Amino acid sequence: MYLCTMMADETKKAFNVRAIREQFPALSQKIYNKNLIYFDNGATSQKPAMVLDAINQYYSKDNANIHRGVHFMSQHATTEYETARKTIQHYIHAKSSDEIIFTKGTTDGINLIASSYGELLTEGDEILITAMEHHSNIVPWQMLCQRKKLTLKVAPINLKGELITEEFDRLLTDKTKLVSVTHISNTLGTINPIAEIVKKAHAVGAKVVVDGAQSIQHMAIDVQALDCDFFVFSGHKVFGPTGIGVLYGKEALLEKMPPYQGGGDMIAKVTFERTTYNELPFKFEAGTPHIAGGICLGKAFEFLNGLDLQAIQTYEKEITEYAQDLLDTFEDLSIIGEAKHKTSVVSFSIKGIHPFDIGTLLDKQGIAVRTGHHCTQPLMDFFKIPGTIRASFAFYNTKEEIDTFIEAVDRSMNLLK
Amino acid sequence: MTLQEIQEEIISEFDVFDDWMDKYEYIIDLGKELPIIDPLKKTDDRLIEGCQSKVWLDATVVDGKMQFTADSDAIITKGIIGLLIRVMNEQSPEAVATADLFFIQKIGLQEHLSPTRSNGLIGMVKKLKMSALQALNA
Ligand SMILES: Cc1ncc(COP(=O)(O)O)c(C=O)c1O
Repeated sequence: MYLCTMMADETKKAFNVRAIREQFPALSQKIYNKNLIYFDNGATSQKPAMVLDAINQYYSKDNANIHRGVHFMSQHATTEYETARKTIQHYIHAKSSDEIIFTKGTTDGINLIASSYGELLTEGDEILITAMEHHSNIVPWQMLCQRKKLTLKVAPINLKGELITEEFDRLLTDKTKLVSVTHISNTLGTINPIAEIVKKAHAVGAKVVVDGAQSIQHMAIDVQALDCDFFVFSGHKVFGPTGIGVLYGKEALLEKMPPYQGGGDMIAKVTFERTTYNELPFKFEAGTPHIAGGICLGKAFEFLNGLDLQAIQTYEKEITEYAQDLLDTFEDLSIIGEAKHKTSVVSFSIKGIHPFDIGTLLDKQGIAVRTGHHCTQPLMDFFKIPGTIRASFAFYNTKEEIDTFIEAVDRSMNLLK
Repeated sequence: MTLQEIQEEIISEFDVFDDWMDKYEYIIDLGKELPIIDPLKKTDDRLIEGCQSKVWLDATVVDGKMQFTADSDAIITKGIIGLLIRVMNEQSPEAVATADLFFIQKIGLQEHLSPTRSNGLIGMVKKLKMSALQALNA
């Protein structure tokens, strides 16, 4: 018995990049006749065969509408969809599967909170975000503030790309009703101290939204340990399909919130005079959902459950630092974002060279990176640059790929000099 | 040379490259021949906002022929606008306004026409043609 457990642990621990890569068919293709090097995982992740097979299986065999059929296929699809919800619940350690709301993604989740929880806020209330937020964690709050006459406050960061704690503390007052922060910055890789932020926010009676778009792919998430009130993420960034995502919310809060959209599935009883709403989580899931998306996102988490998250985290940190150290040796190149706690993202800019030029030349060498403002324009303004070149890694990337990438950066810089 | 002939000439120049990096090296070189816009003319109304790189373009008509000058903050973009201007410069406004720019596809730059690339090639072509149309209506 003891031996068995130990062996199972051993298999899980033996983190083998080669074996993992084989499970991602997209990684073994050629682009412009070069082996693809995919360093755009911050934008979206590639999908393992297990997820691809599930997509195929769903549409070729299991396709049926859920929550509304007496027939076998509908019941089967419903079971699969609700099983996925439970898989996700367990993965992020939510108390109940009623706290897992399927959405279209991070953006959709934040808009849901802004629209619905926003209804509970009143004139003069404040919302606090940080200077490193993605546009989708800025604009919905600006819109809400306009609509409800609230005030949006922005906690500044230092030049390393870290939240300035004293400033955050100063801006967090008893007027603050909502704090919305990214767990990991998609542009800088900074990991924010969420548990600490939550403690402080709760002390003044504010609720906390965590934008988990980047963190869900890179670290083990425990929403109860973090004690955050909401946690949102996108399926496509965590090896699942596009068009599906999750909003976690504490049950008591979700109960208090009015529905976001009206339609089928979210109702208990409809008459022309009055409609009563369905219970959680369905109250927030109007209309036929992305059934295949939900089921296959569940598969993505099953895939992750088969891996050792701790080992992955260590490996990703290691390759990130490896890339950063090599980039650091280039003259005229500056790393943007040097937080003490960071992972999986290396953003940089090169004196006298436009990011677009580097990005285009890297592309021609088979390397996918992102260039530009990464949907964080205010952050670019802060660093006074038009954009960065961003390499963002996943556990299927290798040091050999980074070596090739470094050579390609060197070649591109020489061409552009 | 006609607009047609210049495009044929460019296509044959690019024919010798089978490696993408060589092609782009050539584009970068072409950027250096771009007739640069007078810095004083780098005003917002002459700015074509691509998503990532900026392009300024000025058009004038001299003796019934279009004359273009431009600049960009990205070198590859400079090369691409250089190619466009090489095709369109010294042509009549009619020819520019109705130009069929088949060379873009032929030399493999069509990816820059897709809106997601957003480096403003579409914007550049539009602006070049608009200025020719304005010259026609003036
Ligand atoms: C930190 C962060 N927040 C939000 C988003 C938006 O995610 P989506 O476009 O999937 O809704 C992203 C994606 O780029 C992100 O990186």
